[in-house]
Amino acid sequence: MSIFVDRGTRLLVQGITGRDGSFHAKQMMEYGTQVVAGVTPGKGGQTFEAKVPVFNTVAEAVAATGANASVIYVPPAGAAGAIYEAADAGIRFVVCITEGVPVMDMTRVMPYVRERGTRLLGPNCPGLITPGECKVGIIPGNICAPGRVGVVSRSGTLTYEIVNHLTRNGIGQSTCVGIGGDPIIGTNFIDCLRAFQDDPGTDAIVMMGEIGGTDEQNAAAFVREHVKKPVVGFIAGQTAPKGRRMGHAGAIISGSSGTAEEKMQAFAAAGIAVMKRPVDVVELVGKALRR
Amino acid sequence: MNLHEYQARELLKAAGVPMFDGGVAATPAEAEAIAKRLGGGVVVKAQVHTGGRGKAGGVKLAATPAEAREHAGRILGMTIKGLVVQKVLVVPAAEIASESYVGLIMDRETQRPVFMVSAAGGVDIEEVAATTPEKITRLPVDPVYGLLPHQALALAFTLYSDIRQVRTAAKIMEQLHAVFTRNGASLAEINPLVTTPDGQVLALDAKISIDDNELDRRPDLAALRDESAEEPSEVLARNAGLTFIKLDGNVGCVVNGAGLAMATMDLVKYYGGEPANFLDIGGSSNPEKVVNALRIITSDPSVKAILFNIFGGITRTDDVANGIVAATAQFKVPVPIVIRLTGTNEREAFRILEGVGMTALSDMDEAVRKVVAIVKEAA
Repeated sequence: MSIFVDRGTRLLVQGITGRDGSFHAKQMMEYGTQVVAGVTPGKGGQTFEAKVPVFNTVAEAVAATGANASVIYVPPAGAAGAIYEAADAGIRFVVCITEGVPVMDMTRVMPYVRERGTRLLGPNCPGLITPGECKVGIIPGNICAPGRVGVVSRSGTLTYEIVNHLTRNGIGQSTCVGIGGDPIIGTNFIDCLRAFQDDPGTDAIVMMGEIGGTDEQNAAAFVREHVKKPVVGFIAGQTAPKGRRMGHAGAIISGSSGTAEEKMQAFAAAGIAVMKRPVDVVELVGKALRR
Repeated sequence: MNLHEYQARELLKAAGVPMFDGGVAATPAEAEAIAKRLGGGVVVKAQVHTGGRGKAGGVKLAATPAEAREHAGRILGMTIKGLVVQKVLVVPAAEIASESYVGLIMDRETQRPVFMVSAAGGVDIEEVAATTPEKITRLPVDPVYGLLPHQALALAFTLYSDIRQVRTAAKIMEQLHAVFTRNGASLAEINPLVTTPDGQVLALDAKISIDDNELDRRPDLAALRDESAEEPSEVLARNAGLTFIKLDGNVGCVVNGAGLAMATMDLVKYYGGEPANFLDIGGSSNPEKVVNALRIITSDPSVKAILFNIFGGITRTDDVANGIVAATAQFKVPVPIVIRLTGTNEREAFRILEGVGMTALSDMDEAVRKVVAIVKEAA
């Protein structure tokens, strides 16, 4: 079992003929994801890698192939438009990998996708992977292994670091989700925690947060109230100076709120086992699974 | 990207927000000329991207144009929190009856711009927010419909009771909201919004930050960037496609990805070291980026050793290895380098490094412990 994507996911790639889109479409196909269609306006009628039909619009692609999920690799200026198009065509799960989407665009995208019942993951995220079944996005498949630990994170490479520790120590994952580091994102920690709690294939959850904002504190409150499965947590940015952006638009601390210390305390108070180092994930998850 | 006060004023003025006339000066003579034109007493204000200008001596009252010239002479070139003052804003010294705060910020939680309005404005607004948050009225604005007239009026009524002042303030809220959305701001504030003894409502000081993601499609806003007001190494890094923030330690860090970069700094600290910087080389890193990263880090004399921590996903570790080799061929790296590489094309990367007599580790913990030990030994 898993959350959001599995063997039955029929994936559409928006921007499939672009530099990033084509590279990752190939990787996803090699991993075993059912890539059923691509969309690039003006390239309708072409075939990608001799297998995947390319369409001019998402609506055409959905009608012809029954695609039920979409992943977006278009440049930032067109990303919001691509999300609108996917939601309008009835796609219920949209993953936006694109980095650099203007936040003002996202303020309007969010009510639009909500009204249509579409779940958006991202933007500026690495996507997600259900090991052995389906990979949507850019998380390297070779560092993951099928198993029963759910992973949710705001980062990209930090997720790889921690998942790699799990896999190398024989701890597989149900689904690994990168929610992205932007200020406005479609799917947050709580959405993933709820899904993992409800997933019979997940026995424990690893959650990786960062400085800035209050998402982790809210997630901790949710864990305390609603999550019965053991949760292990990590917060990056303990050494970050105040009032500075650390790469992710989201990772900014202002004043005393949003600090790593505050978030780690919130985790601990909610009964979440807090890692001090990435490598600690192995011991803490091991303990949680034996409990 | 933070705008200077004078730039923020120009955007607000163009939208119709009432404010005193003023001018920007880069020399004492210019400041004097502006003061002469304005007539009466003026305030000379340092234009730097930091708060607490007044407390640092960067804001001075001048009774005459000659005095404005003197103050400008002292403030221009002054260093405030590490930033050198290049320009001053000269505005009339107003008599003030009341000071309010009107701000709009992009709020992660409601996923909307949120108005924050308080009758307790002025320099201590952060104190107000911390100790008496009930004095601040918050209003999330619907991103589709915008600020509706009755909402603007309701906000204005929290500041004033005179209906003429209320109407003016409501209009200002609408204008501020228009500036915020039109320019893709992450913050736009008027602090203080003042009333004068004769009842006028005016914006006295303004602050605007633009979402960096807007700049590609808004060259007019990108042109407002003042690189002379930033840390030179950070400007160099941005122009090289890197995200770099200078810190006070001595372990230089080169990492791919912001989260892993922060976790790497934290681990340096955990093992008793002090990171010298945050540096994210980003996703698809070509060797040139690595060369630039090393150039920037080695220009900091406090760096005693450099740590590479690369988890190859999109980033190819052989690209990074080639970058390290290219950099060390182009210029002398005067301090030891500890390299941790794992992921995409790692075998090729290890082979490239071994070809020039360098070695790499594949474990993050081991690499961090090693670099901290080197720095401690050197001390």
